[in-house]
Amino acid sequence: MNSDKILKYILFTASLLILLISGGMVFSLVRGAMPSFHEFGWKFIISSEWDPTQGREQYGALLFIVGTLLTSVLALFIAVPLAFSTSLFVAEYFKNTRIASVVSTMVDLLAGIPSIIFGLWGFYILRPFIVSIGLSDQGYGIFTSGLILAFMIIPYATSLSNTSISMVSNELKEAAYSLGATRLEVIWNVILPNARSGITASYILAFGRALGETLAVTMLIGNSNRMPTGLFSTGNTMSSVIANQFGEASGLQLSSLIEIGLLLFVMTTIINAVGKFIIKKLNR
Amino acid sequence: MNQTTILPGKKMTELIPDLFSGRKLKDKLFLIGIVIFSLLTISMVVLIIGSMILKGYHQINWAFFTQSPPDTFQAMMAKMSGKTIPGGIINGITGSLYLVGIASLIAIPFGVLIGIYLYENSKKRYAGFIRDITDVLQGVPSIVIGLIVYLWVVVEITHGYSVLAGSVALAIMMLPLIIRSTEESLKMIPDTLKEAAIALGTPYYKVVMRVLIPSSFSGLMTGILLAISRILGETAPLMLTTLGNPAINWNIAKPVSAVPLLIWQFYNDPNMVDLIWSSSLFLMGFVLLLNILSKWIAARQKK
Repeated sequence: MNSDKILKYILFTASLLILLISGGMVFSLVRGAMPSFHEFGWKFIISSEWDPTQGREQYGALLFIVGTLLTSVLALFIAVPLAFSTSLFVAEYFKNTRIASVVSTMVDLLAGIPSIIFGLWGFYILRPFIVSIGLSDQGYGIFTSGLILAFMIIPYATSLSNTSISMVSNELKEAAYSLGATRLEVIWNVILPNARSGITASYILAFGRALGETLAVTMLIGNSNRMPTGLFSTGNTMSSVIANQFGEASGLQLSSLIEIGLLLFVMTTIINAVGKFIIKKLNR
Repeated sequence: MNQTTILPGKKMTELIPDLFSGRKLKDKLFLIGIVIFSLLTISMVVLIIGSMILKGYHQINWAFFTQSPPDTFQAMMAKMSGKTIPGGIINGITGSLYLVGIASLIAIPFGVLIGIYLYENSKKRYAGFIRDITDVLQGVPSIVIGLIVYLWVVVEITHGYSVLAGSVALAIMMLPLIIRSTEESLKMIPDTLKEAAIALGTPYYKVVMRVLIPSSFSGLMTGILLAISRILGETAPLMLTTLGNPAINWNIAKPVSAVPLLIWQFYNDPNMVDLIWSSSLFLMGFVLLLNILSKWIAARQKK
């Protein structure tokens, strides 16, 4: 066998690692979640009771699913106007200027800040601020975590939309300007329709990021196992219940936490797949 | 916009109000909105980094880099007498370096090999499938990766929290980043370069080692540094895999601490608050340094 063939085999074998990891991941999650699934079945998703007391253990994930969705949707609502403005700033209004590169470097920095530091900042600075303006008693809750989450996902929301916005062809824009359109009208009638799918895809991917964020949310949501009643009420999310209870969990509780992990895995994978599908259609 | 066109049958004065009404006004307001929202976005970076520097700098001294953290009592005494907290985060620094080192040893060779495979077979269906799976892997929340590695390594291999488990978790997070950046930087190499080498009858492994890797080296380095800077601050997966350790540890089958884990620990102990900010400042500084380094390498390549 010659060296070329050997290298080809090595490369191919390496690629199997990806299949092994992802296949193994699904397998282990499903296997680990089995005891909980046998015990609670589909009720796991619609029950909001979470009681680890020995003897009358009862686990349902609805609280956490609701918490995750609420914080992530809120984060997206806050992030979209900010990310959209930043994209237009960098890729349209001040395209290729020094100030645009400063702004986009700053947004990159935002992506580099570790989750735990966002959490600390939220805990020690944002939370007291929210208390002091009287929005809530403790400062914990859906709103505080959603706000911090929003800034964490902005870099993901801008990166792809920047490219899509700056790729809109100049001829199209110039044609609109020559008809007397203002910049706003060009943005609304030329840039947006052309960059629409790229922008949508990047917001979907950012939403996927928000779903899985752990520590910053854990530090800010209040970790109370009750159904959130409003924007400023406390709650819990799928990732924070795993982070909080994993250390002491065993048996059925561990299995239930793994099932939550599996649900989280499925949710993020679906969201990401939708995002990637849009990007793929775009590139064709 | 200068309004030089004069419509027939209209006087100049009739045209002037147009500048301030309706469409033009909306256009201006929109721009102002864009600028305000963009400033709001970047103000967050300034606020976070600024408050970290202000609250953390006075705790950074020689002991910070050479000693282990104090226990709660020591910290409380120092706080009560108004001194800076003694001790430092040396166990976290060595632990982080150890974890990231082992993770890199696993992820970089595999990542580069798989990246080369995807580049060489880019048209094949199987390669497209691997690429999709890699994207899926990149989107998996870090806490889920921690959960998986707990089941694989902590339970099955080291029978307890360990360096190995933490490193495997970080390696799984690095892998997709390195694969994609390798493939992207290989794509930038002009085909002619590769063809020239092949035309000389160079064996394929030599083409890879002498042409592909050297000419995409800075791209590879950028990708690797960015991947490292991404995992350096990861906390959630480490909580489920290496747990933490009050002392320096070099045994791969035993738990180890890491800077983000120490921050989490300090956060849960009200006496240690001052150490939180200095540790965060250190972590952030390190992450920023790697980011800047990778940008610098990428920029130098373009010249």
